[in-house]
Amino acid sequence: MVSLSWYLFVGAVLFAISVIGIFLNRKNLIVLLMAIELMLLAVNTNFIAFSHFLGDLHGQVFVFFILTVAAAESAIGLAILVALFRNMNTINVDELDALKG
Amino acid sequence: MDPVAALFAVFSASTLVSAVRVITARNPVHAVLYLVLCFFSAACLWLLLQAEFLAIALVLVYVGAVMVLFLFVVMMLDIQIDRLRVGFWRHLPLAALIGVAIALQLWLVLANGHWQFLTPPVTDVAKVGNTKALGQLTFTEYLLPLQMAGAILLVAIVAAIALTLRRRSDSLHQRPGDQVRVRARDRLTIVHMPPAVHPTATAKAPVKEA
Amino acid sequence: MLKLALLVPLAPLAGAIAAGLFGRTLGRAGAHVVTIFGVLVATIVSALIFWAVIAEHQVISGTVYTWAQTGGGLHLEIGFLIDSLTATMMLVVSFVSLMVHIYTIGYMADDPGYQRFFSYIALFTFSMLMLVMSNNFLQLFFGWEAVGLVSYLLIGFWYKRPSAIYANLKAFIVNRVGDIGFVLGIGLIYAYCGSLDYAAVFAQSSALAASVLPAGGWSVLTVICVCLFIGAMGKSAQFPLHVWLPDSMEGPTPISALIHAATMVTAGIFMVARTSPLFELSEAALSFVMVIGAITALFMGFLGIVQNDIKRVIAYSTLSQLGYMTVALGASAYSVAIFHLVTHAFFKALLFLAAGSVIIAMHHEQDIRRMGGLWRYMPITWVTCVIGGLALIGMPGFAGFYSKDSIIEAVAHSQLPGSGFAQFAVTAGVFVTALYTFRMIFLVFHGKERFGAHGSHEHEHEHDHGHGDSAPHETPAVVWVPLVLLAIPSVLVGAFGVQPLVAGDYFAGAIFVDHNAHEAVGELAREFPGALNMALEGFVRLPFLLAAAGVALAWLLYIKRPELPEAIRARMPWLYRLLDHKYYLDQINEIVFAGGARWIGAGFWKQGDVALIDGALVNGSARVVGRLAQLIRRVQSGFIYHYAFVMLVGIAVMLFVFLTWPYLPALIADRR
Repeated sequence: MVSLSWYLFVGAVLFAISVIGIFLNRKNLIVLLMAIELMLLAVNTNFIAFSHFLGDLHGQVFVFFILTVAAAESAIGLAILVALFRNMNTINVDELDALKG
Repeated sequence: MDPVAALFAVFSASTLVSAVRVITARNPVHAVLYLVLCFFSAACLWLLLQAEFLAIALVLVYVGAVMVLFLFVVMMLDIQIDRLRVGFWRHLPLAALIGVAIALQLWLVLANGHWQFLTPPVTDVAKVGNTKALGQLTFTEYLLPLQMAGAILLVAIVAAIALTLRRRSDSLHQRPGDQVRVRARDRLTIVHMPPAVHPTATAKAPVKEA
Repeated sequence: MLKLALLVPLAPLAGAIAAGLFGRTLGRAGAHVVTIFGVLVATIVSALIFWAVIAEHQVISGTVYTWAQTGGGLHLEIGFLIDSLTATMMLVVSFVSLMVHIYTIGYMADDPGYQRFFSYIALFTFSMLMLVMSNNFLQLFFGWEAVGLVSYLLIGFWYKRPSAIYANLKAFIVNRVGDIGFVLGIGLIYAYCGSLDYAAVFAQSSALAASVLPAGGWSVLTVICVCLFIGAMGKSAQFPLHVWLPDSMEGPTPISALIHAATMVTAGIFMVARTSPLFELSEAALSFVMVIGAITALFMGFLGIVQNDIKRVIAYSTLSQLGYMTVALGASAYSVAIFHLVTHAFFKALLFLAAGSVIIAMHHEQDIRRMGGLWRYMPITWVTCVIGGLALIGMPGFAGFYSKDSIIEAVAHSQLPGSGFAQFAVTAGVFVTALYTFRMIFLVFHGKERFGAHGSHEHEHEHDHGHGDSAPHETPAVVWVPLVLLAIPSVLVGAFGVQPLVAGDYFAGAIFVDHNAHEAVGELAREFPGALNMALEGFVRLPFLLAAAGVALAWLLYIKRPELPEAIRARMPWLYRLLDHKYYLDQINEIVFAGGARWIGAGFWKQGDVALIDGALVNGSARVVGRLAQLIRRVQSGFIYHYAFVMLVGIAVMLFVFLTWPYLPALIADRR
């Protein structure tokens, strides 16, 4: 019998992996965006798990909206990336310090 | 071990391993493909949780559209792989520390307490079907958020196009907005000129022309 | 009668305003006519009031105008208290002022600021009259400050001259130092008596004597009296606040006569006599007064011996005589002090105006070493000057003799601490007075004629006499008539005044003397042998012998053997230097006080303003903000992963906090 805590464990580890991914990928902006997608996936998994085990459908509705917004956000993020690359010809995060204070 | 547990083990292992490969893959194209795999595995997990609609939506929308978009962008950008890997593992200790800390905290919060042995209730969702039930909830209680989500998507479209559209400099096209805004005095100027010949001098010379 | 008394200060004020504001319209003649008319009215009414008060023993007292009345009981008013003391002062002030006004017509005839001068001296007359006629301390203070102001305006009358500006600032500032004490005294009076009215304050004098200041345990009355006397020290030029008086000779001679001889400088003496009910109850204050006066009397006399400017000699003489008056006040012989004030007013004004006459005749040469033998050319000036000189040194029969000898006797009877020194000072002072007075007279009017081809024109006035010749001649009548008019009382006032003022009850009710404690005046009254006898006895007493010795020494040094002074100076250069530098007091003031104040000011400027406020606070806070911004800008590295890192670490910390928050109280309780 798979209990709720297993699913939550999966979600937590997924989230941790994406955090590590953000730290590790200094040089590759695309992988950064992908790590963010992983984070969203972890959260969605959490919601679904809770929704199932509490018998409450509202969790799934929330996931529905999260999916929508995540799609919109990744689209715009990639558009920004493309525009950035056109101007700077690099996706190396280390070189993107134009907003330095 | 019952089949659900076995499937859970397989799918969760697949999710986690592919997630690790996403962030450590050398080639960004490989990373995207591993991400696709990760999402598939997660969709299967969701199926196990009886969230069919969302699992399929994940595959269709997310993997089908967003991941494909990622793939397009990765292939479009000319990324030099070698220079990207320099100093990659340098930050691992710190990153691992933070990551493990967060995971542990999440685990402590979420897994402690009285949910541990929660059994899923028997619902009559099976009678209606997940999709229909979801639809009933969405179109009644969450109508406004649904419309707003639509608006968000519209804004995202506009934003993405506005950010990346490049116009051809040699294309000929009309711009109706500018056409409507033209004013007469931008195109035409009336110049008053005095007559060159004195009126009385020409009075006695009406020219007879046939 | 009160309304009539109102005319006395207001008539000169009206003249002053007319001459001041409408001087150009009125013209020169109009200006002096209107002011002289005002002062003449004041003199005549003062004489009437004097007659009423003295002959018919009236006392005019009352409020003319209530200026303010606060809920806390402070009552500020303009009022008059005219008793014998005030009436005497009024008459002296207005009469001397009238003489000076007439004299000025001749003296300032060619000056471009003619109308302004008349306006100022009429304004001065108003201020001094308000001072002496007041019935409360506030009006006294108003008059006090007003005479100080007009003195400032008049000393710096020729304002384009830097030495005049230096002198008038010096006078004002030194007066201000004295006024600090004066205001403190008035403040204390109000704090402890609740009123500024003379009558109310004097009624509480014994209560004041009994109370003690909270900090230090001094008697309130002693402190009040000492503070008031500090004001008198400034105004009446007692040591060490005397430094302004010799420099005030930068002003025109008429005002030296009016203000710095006869009237303004006597305001301090008048004030102490007026507040005699307070001073009588404080032995410490009286002792202080006496010692200061003695120091002034003697040491200022020494300085008079080495002066070469004719006006400075007379200025130091004034200082010395003011010291005499102060000594008399300290010996509780207030009436004697006032008597000397009156006689001194006459003969000192006479001496100053005579000096002015000499200055005019010598085409504004003021150095007595360049005069000599003038008695042939200016007989009237010479005679009146000698009369004034004899009165000053105390020649028996002349006015000064009666008042001076009374002072010397009063001090002899005093038992206060310091009276021994005071007695020595006033007696020795007689010798010194005679020496410098007749030194001046001999050098100016007798001996060889030292003026001539190099009769210099370096001095003050923009005046040009248009005299081609340099032989002096007598000055016009407007100048010598006041001299004669002042010489008459210099001779007669003493003889007629000594009996009522010194031995009689002329000032009864006006001046309070505790005869049991301070028996000086009582002794004088008892021993008084009558005016004529006093004069005859005077010839055989010590003061006259000392005066005669002084005259003889002056004759020896300046007529018979004129080379002697140089020889003495060569023998004792240090003494001469000390006297020439006026005991280095001016240098002390300049270096210590003025320099100290400038140093403090520079310190405040450099440390306080520049370093602290500008540097540390204003610029410093800007710098701090800048440095802080420099630090904080490192947070904005521009690198996304830094931002992401911070966000995630923040999440981790928040999670930790949320996890442990509910358990913290228990944890802490466990620890205890």
